[in-house]
Amino acid sequence: MSTSTHQTKYSTQLQTDPLVTTYYVRDLEFWYGDFNALTNISLDVMPSAITAFIGPSGCGKSTFLRCMNRMNDLIPDTKVGGKMLLKGADIYSSGVDPVDLRRRVGMIFQQPNPFPQSIYDNVAYGPRLQGVKKKSDLDDIVEDSLKRANLWKEVSGILDKNGLAISGGQQQRLCIARVLAVQPEVLLMDEPCSAIDPTSVQKIEDLMAEIKDEVTIIIVTHNMQQAARVSDYTSFFLQEVAGEPAVLVESGKTSDIFTAPIDKRTEDYITGRFG
Amino acid sequence: MSNEELNQNPQNPLDSTVDSAVDPARDANATESMPEAGKESLRTDANPEKKTLTRTPGVTMKELADTAAQREPVPVVRPATKLQLVSRRTQIKEASLASLFFICAFLAVLGVSLIFAFVAWRAFPIVHEIGLWNFLTGTKWSVAEGVFGAVPFIMGSLVVVGGSLIMGVPLAVLTAVFMSEVASPRANAIIRPAVELLAGVPSVVVGFFGVVVVVPLVSQLVGGAGFGPLTAWIVLSIMIMPTITTLSEDALNSIPMGIREASYAMGATKWQTIWKVVIPAARVGIIDATILGMGRAIGETMAVLMVVGNAPQLFAGISAPISTMTSQIVLEMGYSSGTHRTALFGLAAILFLISMSLVLTVRLLSREQHKKRKKVKKGAEA
Ligand SMILES: Nc1ncnc2c1ncn2[C@@H]1O[C@H](COP(=O)(O)OP(=O)(O)OP(=O)(O)O)[C@@H](O)[C@H]1O
Ligand SMILES: [Mg+2]
Repeated sequence: MSTSTHQTKYSTQLQTDPLVTTYYVRDLEFWYGDFNALTNISLDVMPSAITAFIGPSGCGKSTFLRCMNRMNDLIPDTKVGGKMLLKGADIYSSGVDPVDLRRRVGMIFQQPNPFPQSIYDNVAYGPRLQGVKKKSDLDDIVEDSLKRANLWKEVSGILDKNGLAISGGQQQRLCIARVLAVQPEVLLMDEPCSAIDPTSVQKIEDLMAEIKDEVTIIIVTHNMQQAARVSDYTSFFLQEVAGEPAVLVESGKTSDIFTAPIDKRTEDYITGRFG
Repeated sequence: MSNEELNQNPQNPLDSTVDSAVDPARDANATESMPEAGKESLRTDANPEKKTLTRTPGVTMKELADTAAQREPVPVVRPATKLQLVSRRTQIKEASLASLFFICAFLAVLGVSLIFAFVAWRAFPIVHEIGLWNFLTGTKWSVAEGVFGAVPFIMGSLVVVGGSLIMGVPLAVLTAVFMSEVASPRANAIIRPAVELLAGVPSVVVGFFGVVVVVPLVSQLVGGAGFGPLTAWIVLSIMIMPTITTLSEDALNSIPMGIREASYAMGATKWQTIWKVVIPAARVGIIDATILGMGRAIGETMAVLMVVGNAPQLFAGISAPISTMTSQIVLEMGYSSGTHRTALFGLAAILFLISMSLVLTVRLLSREQHKKRKKVKKGAEA
């Protein structure tokens, strides 16, 4: 446990019952080898809502996001401490299968990363892994997922085209369709819009609003406008001294954070005065 | 209170400062005259329907537009630039280098053409001395009787190459997958030099190993003399493995980490990721590697000569001696004359044509791959 005296400010009180949350995180710590990247992170991620993680570059937003589906397990020599419950279940308790966890918690990356296969095969990848074999079932899933990802109209005639042969913004929506095809409960998005065109950004923001009732969404973004526009809750991360662990400065409803931030540093950051 | 209502909270002081009647027009103006950074933050507000959801933290739209207006660019007249002219020396240097490269390339082309022309010229008398058809379909080769059929050797070469590919390619590709996807850097620090060393072992040494170790082993396990296809397959697998492994590993390593992560994040296991994403993505590179390995196998002479038995007869079991085009040429060229020598040149010509078509296949495949890459690049830029 950390000796830090840091105190996160909450505009909304933390829940006491993990079962009303999607993620219930308490005193989370994270190490890359000897480097303590995160300390003392406690926050709730509420269901059927969009939560934004904001903060300057290098403050551990991606690191924290990757803790939430145990992608950090793939990096050798990393360590997690504290509590991270998904709908009441500790995802780090021994015996939990990270592969199954990742089926339930989808992830979208900053760089669109479709497989060098056809658009159809990209979307059918997850369902096929789960044993869906019937062509008609796959067809339905592919169409439905592409529709939900706001991409169907653009690609319905070119499903056998390589997933890399479409525009970056379309590729990102293809990646979203690929994830939606396995019906995740949570969608983690790590700066999904930072490398793509405005029209696609708009389409992605629209689809986020459309699916958020079924899929809890967490989005990392450097765009304050976007955070304010799409999210219901916001958490502000900060690493004040290089080499020291990053902390959660403030967390709460987006409407509170962006209109009446409690911490001076939050205000400075969202108004662009530092970071 | 629903989230939607939260977002549209009318008491939000920042929202109320935005004059929505004037705004869309101003947005359009501002966007046009504004440099990069400002555009980024404004463009998302260009859609008037979204207005209700828009909140600009800290700065109001009005402030942004005012800032933008102040940034009206003013052109400044500066002295014209002087551009350095290309010096005579550089020109000569460039031109002479270009012709040097051309001469080298030309020599290579000339060499290949000369060799082929020579071989074809020496092989041509087959047409009237043996008959092309007799030569290509004859199954008997007997110097004493003056009968020269190429089939035993063509078949021998194909059997030896085919078998060694069936054994060697999976071995090599699996090694490459292990090195690129599974092994720790420390394990690779041992495996990689070992593979590279194997590539450098002279074929006569591998052949020697075949005669001393593999031949008795095969003879014991399968019966027969031990000299024959099976031994050749084992020996050739060892020889083509380093080429295929190294090139396949390069192909696997060039697959971006991102698509592996994407697969893991979809809930795929390591093996699913390797079989369904990584290997298919590296397919073209692995095929290239295999064809180059095949080229090596078909041209390999010494090691094969030492273990294959060298009996000019048709395939008769994995432990029965056969002969290949290369080994037959080496064995008989020294004392041959007349029609016999012509027939050996005929074998060489066939070998040449087969190798040539392999090289062409590689060229075609890599051109296709190149096209694909270009497409990928275009996609990423758009
Ligand atoms: N694989 C790794 N090994 C060691 N340290 C790492 C690794 N990945 C990230 N870090 C460090 O952890 C800290 C947090 O990085 P992280 O990528 O989570 O930041 P971020 O908030 O996502 O930044 P950005 O906004 O630039 O994406 C940084 O100091 C970074 O250098
Ligand atoms: Mg990041």
